[in-house]
Amino acid sequence: MTKASSPKSGVKKAAKPVAKAAKPAKPVAKAGTKAVAKTATPGKAVTIDAAGVYYKQLNERIREAVAAGAKEITLVNVNGQRYIADGVAAEVKFTIQGVPGQDMAAFMRGPVIRVEANAQDGVGNTMDDGRVIVNGLAGDVIGYAMRGGRIMIKGDVGYRVGIHMKAYKEKLPTIVVGGKSGDFLGEYMAGGVILLLGMFTDKPEDPITGRSLGTGMHGGVIYVRGEVPDYQLGPGLHTQPVDETDMKMIRELSEDFATEFKVSAKTILSKPFVKVKPFSHRPYGNMYVPA
Amino acid sequence: MKAPLRYHEFDKDISGCGIFGVIHKKRGLIPGHMPSCAMATMHDRGNGLGGGFAAYGIYPEQADKYAFHLMCETEGALESAREVITKFFTIHDSQPIPTRKVLAIKNAPIVWRFFLTPKRKGERPTFRDLGEEDFVVAVVMHINAKVHGAFVFSSGKNMGAFKGVGFPEDIAEFFRVEDYRAYIWTAHNRFPTNTPGWWGGAHPFTLLDWSIVHNGEISSYGINMRYLCENDYLCTLMTDTEVVAYLLDLLVRRHGLSRKLCSKVFAPPFWDEIDRMPPEEKRMYTALRATYGSAMLNGPFAILVGSSKCLWGLNDRVKLRPLVVAEKGDMVFMSSEESAIREVQPDLDRVWMPKAGEPVIVETEV
Repeated sequence: MTKASSPKSGVKKAAKPVAKAAKPAKPVAKAGTKAVAKTATPGKAVTIDAAGVYYKQLNERIREAVAAGAKEITLVNVNGQRYIADGVAAEVKFTIQGVPGQDMAAFMRGPVIRVEANAQDGVGNTMDDGRVIVNGLAGDVIGYAMRGGRIMIKGDVGYRVGIHMKAYKEKLPTIVVGGKSGDFLGEYMAGGVILLLGMFTDKPEDPITGRSLGTGMHGGVIYVRGEVPDYQLGPGLHTQPVDETDMKMIRELSEDFATEFKVSAKTILSKPFVKVKPFSHRPYGNMYVPA
Repeated sequence: MKAPLRYHEFDKDISGCGIFGVIHKKRGLIPGHMPSCAMATMHDRGNGLGGGFAAYGIYPEQADKYAFHLMCETEGALESAREVITKFFTIHDSQPIPTRKVLAIKNAPIVWRFFLTPKRKGERPTFRDLGEEDFVVAVVMHINAKVHGAFVFSSGKNMGAFKGVGFPEDIAEFFRVEDYRAYIWTAHNRFPTNTPGWWGGAHPFTLLDWSIVHNGEISSYGINMRYLCENDYLCTLMTDTEVVAYLLDLLVRRHGLSRKLCSKVFAPPFWDEIDRMPPEEKRMYTALRATYGSAMLNGPFAILVGSSKCLWGLNDRVKLRPLVVAEKGDMVFMSSEESAIREVQPDLDRVWMPKAGEPVIVETEV
């Protein structure tokens, strides 16, 4: 028997105990939380310094401030803290200085977040309402299963952006990407709108999108500025020309984008757009059980 | 940013591994504090069951010797390993790897290092027909497979791995990583999925001066392992990532593939992409896929590979794990999260996310 398969190896025994931290100092959170609760006057602006604050405690402070009625919250020195503003259902405006961590604005319903830096992965996961503006690039799975609200990323985005977005009645989630996108943009998309501009990019030589755009798409629409070769689309999809209804939506989104990032809507609209839509009402209805 | 005390009382978080690497192209030395801080920022990508670092340029006075780092269950295992090493190598130095007591690190094995030069072919008990590097590989495989309770966890020149069970920042404290200065660092925070969280299974995995840290899963472990076995590499560490370290040695050092081509073996272009290539390229990629099908890495991965001249990042071909690259002056950073880079280098010249399957290869200029 080789020793690797011997489960009694003493080296391996070391694996069992999970590292336990030293005897507990008082969690840093308490002091900070109280301090914020005192300073947050209803309707007023609040600034929270996130330097060195663990994500859990940062989010506790944010919630305290929201509960105390803060309408404008500025987070400074943010760096990598996860779950910022997740599940917050209130009319409040966040300004974030620094790079927020994974899953910012997940399940969010209402707030406006402006990030003055790049964002990481999972922004707006299952977001329900509100706005996220990222003045930089953003990572993978932005707007995953998003069901309402708007996300605008100025620069490039990663892979699987807008995967499984959906729309229902008055809810119409929208994503605008100013740069280029990775593979699987709008994969399994069930509703909503994605507008891909490809203009504000770090990768001028690259194609505007990766492969498998809209794979498995059965609702919603993806607009692309310029051209996309068919081989970059998911199976069975083709680009189509846009009509006046499409242009109305493209104009509205472009103007909103231009205002947020202080760029020219005219320049954005100076090139033609194409659209990618599901090829039938139920494109995969016969996939497993042929009619 | 470091997690506060009693983080274990907080609710369970969902995690993935975290990786970080940095190279100074002019071989400027970067203190161990940097990778340790960067990893602490990604604390929650792991769960305390593995952390580690690889560092290049840390033994300048012994740069011509192979530095073997060993972890041993018992003094007896260390003695057995020493006996084997004595047969094959001249031992120039033999010493414990400096550690300190850290409350969070429990049941550490004995960690020891040897500085070695291989014996001449005629003086070796076996492996007499092997070239120097193949010989070192053979002895490492021999110790890891045959010496009970002893594992060689790094075996390169002027480099070393430091790893174990714990969060990376705790492992850094344990191994006094802040005392080392290196021109390339790679680091890992582990969230074990399919394999046990034990000392040998922490990343990086190394062989000669190769080191690898990995976020993801190598679903092709079985076929990769058998392919390696045919080529005299034995997998003994019970963790999927081990195969990548040995594949690197086989493909790049022994078969002479460039790093770019090796990347295309690990994460090959899709057949439909090959179909659209110009004829020459099409032939080449077809041949590559046909020849090295057993070395393809299936499953999600973001990996960072270190070697004495290069830091090399690569994603699987559909990018199922994050990877960010950033530049500042002569330094290039690669990380699971941008925040980890910003923690140690707030102002950056450029930040980007590489394409799936497209390697980022950064070599030293001196």
